[in-house]
Amino acid sequence: MAKGDPGGTTRSRRPAPRSKKGAAGNPELVQLLTPDGERIDSATGPDGTEYRVDFTDEEYRGLYRDLVMVRKLDAEATALQRQGELGLWASLLGQEAAQVGSGRALRSQDMAFPTYREHGVLYCRGIDPIMPLGLFRGVDQGGWDPNEFKFNMYTIVIGAQTLHATGYAMGITMDGKIGTDDGEAAIAYFGDGATSQGDVNEAFVWASVFNAPLVFFCQNNQYAISEPLERQTRVPLYQRAAGFGFPGVRVDGNDVLASYAVTRTALDNSRHGQGPSLIEAYTYRMGAHTTSDDPTRYRIASEVESWQAKDPITRVKAFLEKQQIADAAFFAEVDEQARRESVHLRERVLNMPNPEPVTMFDNVYPNGSPLLDEQRATFNRYMESFEGSAH
Amino acid sequence: MSRIKTFNLPDLGEGLTEGEILAWLVKVGDTIELNQPIVEVETAKAAVEIPAKWAGQVQAIHHPEGTTVEVGTPIIAIDTDPGAGPLEAPSTTATPSGDLPTPSAASLAAVEVAPAEGMVEPGLIGGAAPGGRTAVLVGYGPRTTAAKRRPRKGAVPAQAAAAPAPAAPAPQPVVAPVVAPARDGQAATATGGLVLAKPPVRKLAKDLGVDLGTLTGSGPLGSITREDVQQAASGAVAGPIATSSVTTSVASFGADREQRIPVKGVRKLTAENMSRSAFTAPHVTEFLTVDVTRAMKALDRLRARREWRDVRVSPLLLVAKAVLLAVKRHPMVNSTWAGDEIVVKDYVNLGIAAATERGLIVPNVKDAGRLSLRELADSLNGLVQTAKSGRTSPADMSGGTLTITNVGVFGVDTGTPILPPGESAILAFGAVREMPWVHKGKVRARQVTTLGLSFDHRIIDGELGSKFLRDIGDFLADPEAALLAWT
Repeated sequence: MAKGDPGGTTRSRRPAPRSKKGAAGNPELVQLLTPDGERIDSATGPDGTEYRVDFTDEEYRGLYRDLVMVRKLDAEATALQRQGELGLWASLLGQEAAQVGSGRALRSQDMAFPTYREHGVLYCRGIDPIMPLGLFRGVDQGGWDPNEFKFNMYTIVIGAQTLHATGYAMGITMDGKIGTDDGEAAIAYFGDGATSQGDVNEAFVWASVFNAPLVFFCQNNQYAISEPLERQTRVPLYQRAAGFGFPGVRVDGNDVLASYAVTRTALDNSRHGQGPSLIEAYTYRMGAHTTSDDPTRYRIASEVESWQAKDPITRVKAFLEKQQIADAAFFAEVDEQARRESVHLRERVLNMPNPEPVTMFDNVYPNGSPLLDEQRATFNRYMESFEGSAH
Repeated sequence: MSRIKTFNLPDLGEGLTEGEILAWLVKVGDTIELNQPIVEVETAKAAVEIPAKWAGQVQAIHHPEGTTVEVGTPIIAIDTDPGAGPLEAPSTTATPSGDLPTPSAASLAAVEVAPAEGMVEPGLIGGAAPGGRTAVLVGYGPRTTAAKRRPRKGAVPAQAAAAPAPAAPAPQPVVAPVVAPARDGQAATATGGLVLAKPPVRKLAKDLGVDLGTLTGSGPLGSITREDVQQAASGAVAGPIATSSVTTSVASFGADREQRIPVKGVRKLTAENMSRSAFTAPHVTEFLTVDVTRAMKALDRLRARREWRDVRVSPLLLVAKAVLLAVKRHPMVNSTWAGDEIVVKDYVNLGIAAATERGLIVPNVKDAGRLSLRELADSLNGLVQTAKSGRTSPADMSGGTLTITNVGVFGVDTGTPILPPGESAILAFGAVREMPWVHKGKVRARQVTTLGLSFDHRIIDGELGSKFLRDIGDFLADPEAALLAWT
C-alpha cells in the first residue's frame, strides 16, 4: 500500500494478476518512485513498517549513474559472449534497480552472498567489473577476495548460497557482533526459481530458529529459466516468510529507491538482533536467462513490452528531469562514462591471458600436497611430450 | 597486423557445434559500428543476433542465409580501416569489384583469423564419445578429428602420427560387425549363467552389434570389459561374414551411424503447429466403435447408380457427410478459442489431413456444409489429388474450421489427433475391418470402425463432445435413417 500515492498511479501500474488464484494475486508493493518518475513520500509494508528515503541531489544522481553503468557493462558482456569471447553470460537486464538499490543499502561491514547474476551488487561493493568476466571466460575462478569486499564468490548452484549465508549470519551472532548500529548483517541473493529448492527452505528454517541476522533478498524476475512464477507457487513469495516465522515484504524491484529503503531497514533490523526477513523484489528479466537461452520460446512479446513501460532507469531519469536535479549535460556525461568504461572492459577482456594448463594444480591446498605434486609432475611430462612445447 | 579481420562463428551456447545463418543484417560494403547486430544465427538452443566484433566496412560475407555453418568457420570479413586506401596484393586480386564473391583460399590465408579462444583443443580433454565427438557436460560436444591433434615428440614421425585411419591395414566400417542381435541386459553366457558387464560396456556391445553371451570376459570375476567387446567387434570384421544386406540398408548413414535431417519446410511448420496446439489447447479425446456395415452397403448402392458411375466414392465421403450433419446439430464444435471470446462459425471449412511427399498438409473444402453429396465427393477427390501432386496452394490450407484425419488408410484403428491451431475438433477415422460384433443378439462378422474425436476442452465439454461423436456414429451406423430423421 502506498501512502500519498498520486492519483492511484501505483495501483494501476501493478502487474495484472496472472491467474485467478495465482501467485501474483494483487500484491501490496512497496514503491517510492512510480514508473512515470513520480516520487511517493513514504510507503507502508504489510507489517506496518513505514519506508522512506531522504537522498541528496548528489546521491540521486549517483544512483542513476550506477544504474546506467551496470546496464552498459552488462550489455558489453553479452556482446562479448556473442562474439565468442565469453563462454556464457547471465544478463541482469531489467533487474538493475533491485541490485543497485539493495547493493547501495549494504553497510561496509555487511556480507553479501550472490548468485551468478549479481553484477550490479558486485559493482556497488567496489569490485572491479572485469572480475566476473574472467570467470565466464574460463580463465580464472572469479578472482576477487570475498573477505576484502564482503562479497562472496558467485554461486552457480541454485540456492546453495542461502545456506552459506545462514551459516555466516549464525557466526555473526556467535561472535557477538550484533545489537548495535555497528553490528553486522548478511544478505543472501536468490531468484524466484530458487524458492522451490530444498536448500532455500532449509535456510529459512535455520535462519528463523537461530534468529540469524540475515536478509533473504529474492529477485522475483518471474521466470525460473522458462518456468513462469504461477507454476512455482500458490501464494505471493513474500508471504512464505510468515510460515517460517519472520517478516516478508514485497517491493517494486524496478524502483531503486524502494529497493534501497526496504533493504536498508531489513539489514538494520537484523544487525540490531531482530532476526531474518525476506524481501521479494518484484521485477522482470528483460533478457534471456543466460546467453544459452531463447526466451521467445516461452513468453510473449506483449508481456515484455508491458514491463518495458516499468523500466528502472527511465523512471529515475524522468524523476531527475522533473525535479531539475540533473540536466542534459549530466546525462550525456554519464552515457559517455559508460561508453568509455565498456570499451575499456572489452579491451581488458580481450587481453586476459590464458592460464597455463598446469596452474590448475595451484591453490588447491594452501600448503600443497604430495599427491598433487605427483600429479603435477605427471602432467608436466605429458605436456612436454608434445612437439614445440616450451616445457 | 592485417586490417582485414575475419570473424569465426563462435560457440553461442555451451558446447554447440554449428548454427544456421538465418539472416544477414548487413551487406558487403556496409560501414558498421562496434557491437552493431550483423547476423542472426539459430542454434539448437536459441536464435540470436551476433554483434560486430570490430567497427569498419564489411569486406566479404562467406555464407549465404539458410546455410548451416560449423563453429569456428569464418562467416564475415571486416576491413577495420577502410579509410586507408585500397587493399594490398592478395586480397585485392581476389576482389576485383565492389561486390565480393566467396574469397579464394589465398585471400583467406592473407587475412588474420581471430583465434578461437575458449575452444578446448580436441583430443586433449574429455574421452572420445560415440560418433567421433568428445564427451562434455552440456551439448553434443566438439568433434574430435585426427588432423587437429598436436604432434607428439618421439619415435613416430609427425606425419604418420597425424595420418587418419585409412593408413591402417584393414579398413573397418563401423556398421559391418553385426554378428548377432545383442540380447540387451539379458545376455547369458554359453554355459547359461548371467553375463557380467557394466552398463557402458553393454551399450558399446549393443552399438557394435556384439552378443555379450558369446564372449569370455577378461575382467574381474570374469566380467566383460570394453576391450573384450572391441576385440570381438574387430575380429568379427576380419572374418568372412556376409553383411552386405546390413551394410546397404544403412548406406545413407555416416560413419557415426546417425543421419542429420535439417528441419525445414512442411516438417518445421508441422512441428511448430503441433507443439503450439498441444501446449495451448487442452485436448481430450473420445472414442466410439461403430458397426458401419449398413453404411458400406449404402456406399455400394451409391456406386451402382448411373450418375455416380465415374465418381470415386470412399468411406471418407460418408464420414465427411456425417461430420457436416452433426455440426448442424451442434454448431458449437465448429468454433475457435480467441482468448476472451469464442468465435462460432456458420460455415464449415472441412480440413482433410493428407500425407504427401512434402509431409503432412491439411487442405480444406471451403463452406463444405452447403455442398450436395456429389459436390462434396468431387471436392474431396480434387483436394486429395492436388495434395498428392504437391500443388496445394496456401489458400487451400488456410481457414480450416474442423478436420478429419483418415488414419485408417494406414491400416490402424484410431489415434488421438492433435488439433490444428485455431480449430476446436478433429476426427480420426480408423480402418474399417471385419470383426466379430453382436448384431441382433448374435455374434456376426460385421464391418466395424473406430472413431477418435479430439476436442478443445476450453470450448467443448464432455457432454457436447460426446453428443457430437455419437451423432457421427449414428449416421455411420444407419445413414439413411439419420438422413430421414435430421434433414
